[in-house]
Amino acid sequence: MSIGLILEMFPIALMFAAPLIMAALGGLFTERSGVTNIALEGIMMVGAFAGASVTVVLEPVTPLAPWLGLLSGVAAGMLFSLLHAFASINLKADQVISGTALNILAGGLTVYLCQILFNQQRTRAFSSGIRKMTVPLLEKIPVIGPILFREIYPTFYVAMALVVLTWFVVWKTPFGLRLRSCGEHPQASASMGINVYAMRYAGVIISGALAGLAGATMVLTQDIQYTVTSIHGAGFIALASLVFGKWNPWGVLGAGLFFGFAQILSYYAKDITFLAALPQEMFYMLPYVLTIVALVVFAGKTVGPKAAGEIYDQGKR
Amino acid sequence: MTMAKKDKDGKGRKVLIPLVAVALGFVLGSIVVAITGKNPLLMFNAIIQGITGINIGRGGFNPRHIGELVIQAMPIILTGLCVGFAFRTGLFNIGAEGQLMMGSLAATAVALTVKAPGFVHVPLILLSGMGAGAAWGAIPGYLKARFNVHEVVVTIMLNYTALHLNNWTILNVFGSVDRVKTAEFPASALLKDPWLASFTNGSRLNWGFVPVILAVLAFWFILEKTPFGFSLRAVGFNKDAAKYAGMKVNRNIVLSMVIAGAFAGLAGAIITTGTFSFGRALPAAEGYGFDGIAVALVGMNHAPGILLAGLLFGVLKSAGPLMQSAGIPREIGGIIQASIVMFVAMKLGIERILDLVKGKRAGKAALAAAEDGAEAGV
Repeated sequence: MSIGLILEMFPIALMFAAPLIMAALGGLFTERSGVTNIALEGIMMVGAFAGASVTVVLEPVTPLAPWLGLLSGVAAGMLFSLLHAFASINLKADQVISGTALNILAGGLTVYLCQILFNQQRTRAFSSGIRKMTVPLLEKIPVIGPILFREIYPTFYVAMALVVLTWFVVWKTPFGLRLRSCGEHPQASASMGINVYAMRYAGVIISGALAGLAGATMVLTQDIQYTVTSIHGAGFIALASLVFGKWNPWGVLGAGLFFGFAQILSYYAKDITFLAALPQEMFYMLPYVLTIVALVVFAGKTVGPKAAGEIYDQGKR
Repeated sequence: MTMAKKDKDGKGRKVLIPLVAVALGFVLGSIVVAITGKNPLLMFNAIIQGITGINIGRGGFNPRHIGELVIQAMPIILTGLCVGFAFRTGLFNIGAEGQLMMGSLAATAVALTVKAPGFVHVPLILLSGMGAGAAWGAIPGYLKARFNVHEVVVTIMLNYTALHLNNWTILNVFGSVDRVKTAEFPASALLKDPWLASFTNGSRLNWGFVPVILAVLAFWFILEKTPFGFSLRAVGFNKDAAKYAGMKVNRNIVLSMVIAGAFAGLAGAIITTGTFSFGRALPAAEGYGFDGIAVALVGMNHAPGILLAGLLFGVLKSAGPLMQSAGIPREIGGIIQASIVMFVAMKLGIERILDLVKGKRAGKAALAAAEDGAEAGV
């Protein structure tokens, strides 16, 4: 494997990793607040649809269209995740069932709206999504420069910033402490005067914002339009990154990068001698198989939030 | 209120909630259709046409629609049985999709490699599909029983593993000219029958409905009529109590997932040799697993309910092309299905509404009784 090949692979791997990291951080917020969210996939689809649609519509008007697309992905994700919050927090719905409903709804709703807005099964193609950028000066740094600062999608820097921000908010602020306590023992949090409902709403809505952003990022960096297969399981890889990264932002960053590379390796395997013999599908399978292995290894240890997925019952001790 | 009366009320309500959810789903769907500027009546016309074959709006009868309804309902009844069976043992099996794919992969293998007359070949294919689905279901069951690993995440991950494993095997082991499908199966492997097709005016109807009916009966018999089914349900009700009563909780968890997987595997075999006649590489999951969750939820995890719910969601799919030709995007079916699932999940909200309605009615009855009494007094 030559150095040139690695340099070539890096920007593409980072392009794949960025949305995975964003969505997994979203999953971190909701699970830390005690609400399981298997609907990351569905929320990403809605965010991707909103991002692509807004970009297509605003493109003739402003060069900022893709960035407004990202913002609308955030907004759409938040709005969509409200459904999950209302069902699972106010109405004490089973969180996995509610998440499943969102996943089914996302496919139907987005394509339905495409048919209404664009008269086809997909959005119209946008002429350019987010553009790659090169950071002046920093690109001159040997080794790191060409890998991290030359011809990179700025959304990767957004993802990196979000990792640091998430770490700071969840582990260094009173809000984060309260959020995490609701995911460990909500009754104890309530006894300390914390509003468990509000905290869990915050967790779910932040996850909607991040997963929506992830979906918009994915479609605006890897695609030319939104179709029902634009997200193709990335939401579930994000969920895998969350588990594999032990519900921790740095772990999520590592897992997201690793799975990003796993995806890209499938394209480059034929050029790498010791990987050429392996089938492409094996690289696709890798994140999923590794997550199962990780779950077995973590089994019995307290890794994830204790109360995630549990319906909050005020009367329970 | 006596105990018996209270029990009966609880049971009635259990049936009422999915019915209200279905009604609300259709109301919401109609609203979506209306606000996007289409006529909801055209949607209902398409649905009635999907069920009866009769076009009320324009007149005419076409039995092909009924055949297509059965074709759409068959796999999701089976994945509904799959999800429902695991549910009854307290397991949430999101892996029906992957178990189905492994079933269709095994069916493809047996269809292409075994040479046998039809009356041997077809049962062998169906059994191999069931076996592969059962084996794929055994993995999360074992991991849950042995390591207490949550089955939800494992089954999701196994769905995608199955997808890529299926694609690799189809493309590399069985060879594919167009990188999409394998060679055609021999006639002895197929569930298709020209008589059934012509009987329903050229629909894809095939003999797959026979194993589906047998599966519904088997589900009912195992869970409701055998001591084994009782011990499975006991684990679903209360794991600790079941263990205390001497039931083998871990063994039951694995067996429940194995049987659940067999239902989904059967669906895969029926799709592969009934609806199609070749093995397929898939670009993405086809949603049978999620449909199965919807079917099981609305069918309350009971055999008759699952059968009816499967037919309901089957018609939402089979009426899709009819809706499309009436100018309504077919995805409205998915929207209605998702809202029904959401409403079932929100059962607490529905219960509150029902309580409100009932409270009003009870109030009115009391008022009427009081007035009657007053009149009688005069």
